[in-house]
Amino acid sequence: MNNIPLTIKETQEGLKSKKFSAVELVDSYLAQIKKYNDEYNIFLTVTEEEAYEQAKSVNQLINNSENAFEQYPLLGVTTAHKDIFLTKGVRTTAGSKILESYIPQYSATAVRRIERAGGIMIGKLNCDAFAHGSSGENSDFGTTLNPWNKKYTSGGSSSGSGAALSANMSLITTGTDTCGSIRLPANYGYSVALKPTYGAVSRYGVIAMASSLDTVGPLGRCVDDIETVFNVIKGKDGLDGNVKNYENNSQKIKFKIGIPKEFFVGGLDKEIEKNIQEVIKTYKKEDVEFVEVSLPSTKYGISVYYIIQPAEVSSNLGRFDGIRYGNDRNSFGEEAKRRIMLGSYVLSAGYYDAYYEKAMKVRTIIKNEVDEVFTKVDALIAPVAPTPAFKIGEKASDPLAMYLTDIYAATANLSGIPSLAIPSGFSSKKLPLGFQLMGPRFSEHNLFELGRKYHQEIDYKPKVAF
Amino acid sequence: MSKYITIIGLEIHIEPNTNSKMFCSCPQNHFGAKPNSQTCPICLGLPGALPIANKEAINKTIKLGLALGSKISEVSRFYRKHYFYPDLPKSFQTSQKDNPFCVGGELMGFKINHIHLEEDAGKLIHQDGNSLIDFNRSGCALIEMVTEPVFHSVEDVLKFTKELQLIARYLDISNVDMEKGTMRLEANISLSLDGKLPNYKVELKNINSFKFLEKAINAEIERQTTALDSGQKLAQETRGYDEKTKTTFSQRTKADSHDYRYFPEADLPPITSRKPYAVGPMPELPQQKRERFEETYKLSKDYIEILVSDLSRANYFEECVKLDPSLTKSIVELMINKNMDKDYPEPAGLVKKIKEITNIEYASESDLEEAIREVVYENPDIITSYKNGKGQVIGFLIGQVQKKLNGNGDPKIINIKLTEKLHVATQH
Repeated sequence: MNNIPLTIKETQEGLKSKKFSAVELVDSYLAQIKKYNDEYNIFLTVTEEEAYEQAKSVNQLINNSENAFEQYPLLGVTTAHKDIFLTKGVRTTAGSKILESYIPQYSATAVRRIERAGGIMIGKLNCDAFAHGSSGENSDFGTTLNPWNKKYTSGGSSSGSGAALSANMSLITTGTDTCGSIRLPANYGYSVALKPTYGAVSRYGVIAMASSLDTVGPLGRCVDDIETVFNVIKGKDGLDGNVKNYENNSQKIKFKIGIPKEFFVGGLDKEIEKNIQEVIKTYKKEDVEFVEVSLPSTKYGISVYYIIQPAEVSSNLGRFDGIRYGNDRNSFGEEAKRRIMLGSYVLSAGYYDAYYEKAMKVRTIIKNEVDEVFTKVDALIAPVAPTPAFKIGEKASDPLAMYLTDIYAATANLSGIPSLAIPSGFSSKKLPLGFQLMGPRFSEHNLFELGRKYHQEIDYKPKVAF
Repeated sequence: MSKYITIIGLEIHIEPNTNSKMFCSCPQNHFGAKPNSQTCPICLGLPGALPIANKEAINKTIKLGLALGSKISEVSRFYRKHYFYPDLPKSFQTSQKDNPFCVGGELMGFKINHIHLEEDAGKLIHQDGNSLIDFNRSGCALIEMVTEPVFHSVEDVLKFTKELQLIARYLDISNVDMEKGTMRLEANISLSLDGKLPNYKVELKNINSFKFLEKAINAEIERQTTALDSGQKLAQETRGYDEKTKTTFSQRTKADSHDYRYFPEADLPPITSRKPYAVGPMPELPQQKRERFEETYKLSKDYIEILVSDLSRANYFEECVKLDPSLTKSIVELMINKNMDKDYPEPAGLVKKIKEITNIEYASESDLEEAIREVVYENPDIITSYKNGKGQVIGFLIGQVQKKLNGNGDPKIINIKLTEKLHVATQH
C-alpha cells in the first residue's frame, strides 16, 4: 500500500474495489505506529493480534456479503480508543500508574458498538491521567508530542486521540470531553471532532472523571466521518440512565449563527481571531447570517467548572483505595491529588453551600443564558482555545494557566450542549488552527450540516503530519 | 421510678423483596448464596460502571410511605454518601438526602421523619487471620425509615417495630426477618430531665433480634442513668451491644465521626412520582383488619391480635367462616387453642372436622329447603342486591339459613341450594 486513505469513504471504496485489503490496511497503520510511536508516545497499548483477527473477518465479510458496507457502517474502519475506554481483556490504564496493570472484564458501550459496526481496534491511546489536563503532560506514561511539531503539546486530555490522527496511525479515534478534552486535541492536530450533547452517547464503561460533565465522542478527519461514528455510538444502551434517543427529521435551510462577544475579547490570540473572521466571511458567502450575542455569565464558567469537576473527581477516584486494582494511592499523580483535595474541600461540611451549591446555581444561570440565546440563533461560533498548541513545559508548572486553556470549552460542558471542532487553517508557525460550533442540545445534525458547508466552501482536504 | 425521661429515635433498615438489586440486575436475595456469586461491574463498583435505578424498589418504598401517610415527593433524587470501608467498593453509598421518596407520616401515633431508599454494602468475613469481602449484598436495595425521637420506653419501640413489620408483610414489600437481616434496627438513645432533647445521643447498633433490642436498649438506658446520676457528662457516640456481658460498648466517638460529603448523584436522573403511583392496589392493613374482625366477628382482642399478626392465618380463618358463619366461635377457638389449622391445610377440612367433633347431625334436606325459602322471602332487599351483581351477600344469606337451622345445616349443601334458589329468584 502506498498511501493510507484519510477518510472512511476512501477507505471503504478501496476495500470494496479490492485496491487493498483490511489486513493490508492494518499492516500500514502498524508500520506507521512502529516507526513513530517510540518518539511521539501516542499509543500506550497496540493490539496488533486483535487488529489482524478483526481485519481477517472484515475481509471475509466483504468477500461473502454483497451489502456488507450497508450492514456494517464502520466496516474496515481502524479505530484507536483513548485509554479511558474499558476494553475487555485489553489493559486500560486511564493514563495512570494506579491502573497500569488493570485488565477490564467488560468493554464500554462505545467500544462494543464500534466493533459491532465493523470497526477494527488497533490500540489504546495516551491521555492525561484520569483525563485531568489540557496538554497530555499529566499522563503517568509521559507526554504525547504533537506530530505537527514535536516541541509542542498535542492538547489534552485526549492527547493520543488527536496525535494518532495527525500521525496517521488510525482512521478514527475516540475521546472524552469534560471541558474540552476532545475538542482541544482535535484543534491542535487539524482534526474534526464532536463533543456530543450530554446524554446523547452512553458513558457506560468509560472511566468517569466528572459524571455530570463527561461526554464521549469521536475524532476524525472530516465531518462525514464524525457523523458516521456518532450515529453508531449514540442512543440508549440501557446502562446509562442519562441517555436519551433523539431523532431529527427537520432539515434546516437557512442558518443564523451567534457570535458571543465575551469570547472575542482580550487574551485571544490574534491569529485565531483573524482566522475566525475569515471563517465568518466564508459562511456569509454561503448565505449564513451572523449576529452578535451575549453570554454574560460564561466568564464564570472556568471557576464553576473548577468546583464541580474536582468535587465529582474526588468522589469518582475514591474507589482506587489500594484494596483492589494493584497499586495504592501513592501512585496518584500530582494533578489527581490536587483535584481530590480541592473536591473534598468544596464538598465538606461548612463549605458545601459556599462552594459546590453556589457553583451549581451559577451553572444553572449559564445554562439558562445559553438556552435563551438559542431561541435567537441556531449555533454559536467560538475559538476552541485562546492560543494554538503551546510548547511542552510552557504551562506545566502553573496549574492555573493550564486551567485557562479550557476557557472556551467550559460553556458546552456546563450546559450539556454539543460542540463540533473544525480545522480552518494553519498559523504562521505552521500549527493547526480551528474553531468550534455549538448548538442547542441534540442539534448535532445542524452542526454537521454547518461543518460541511464550511469545508465545501474552502475545498477542505484532510491532512496528516507524516 | 427514674427521674429521667428516655428519648429514643429509630433508624430502621428494611431489605425489600425485589427481584434485583438497587442499581443492577443481580439478584436481590443473597441469603445463603456462595460468596461473590451474585456480582457484576455495577455492584462491584468497577471503573466505568453506571447505576440504573430499580423501579420495583422505588414503588415498594412509595407503597410503604402511602401506608404510613407519608407525603410522596414529586421529584426525588439520589445522593452520594462518602466514606471509606473495604466492603464499600465505590467509596460512596448511593443513598438519598434532600427530597427522599417519602416525607413524614406516622404509625400508632409515632411520627416518622422520612423513608428513603439506598444501597447496601458488601460483607466482611474475618477468618483464619484474613479479612475477606463478599460482595453479594453490595448494591442490594435497602429501605431506610427514620423516625422522630418520639419513643419513651422499650415497650413503645417494640410496639412500633412489630406493627411496622406486620405492615411490611401485609404490603408484601419484604419478609422483614431480623434474624436473616432483612430488617435491621439502630436506636438513638438519650435521657432528659425535662423531656427536651439533650445535647448528646448514643447510637446503638447491631441489633438483630427483638430479644436483643429489648436487652440492648435497657442496658443502654441503665448505663446512661448510672452515668448521669454520678454527675458524668455523656458524649455523642456509637455503641454496640455485647451479648455476653449484657452491656453496651463504645464503637466510635464524635471525634472520628464522618463528614459524608453528600452531593447529588449525577449518574441517576431525578425521579418524578405522580398519582396514581405504580404500586398496585393497597391491601387491607393490619389495623383495618383488626377493626373489621371486631365488628364482623365480635372476637376478643386477644384472638384478633393472634389472627391479624399472621396474615395467612387470618385469611384461613375467614375462609372457614365463609363456609359456615354459625361456627365462627368454634373455628377461632380450635385454631388458636388447639392449632387445628395446622392439621387441616384446607379450610373446608377444618369446618367438616368441627361438625364431627361437635356431633352435629345435619338438618334434613326438607328443613334446609324450608329455611332457604323463608330467608329468601324475608330478605327481598338482599335478593335485589344479589340480582344487581353483589355476589358477596350470599355469605350473609348462608348465615341466616344456619340461624334458622340452629347451625345444623351442611354449609356445602346450603351453598348449592341457595345458589340454585337465588338463580331462580333472580329470573323473575
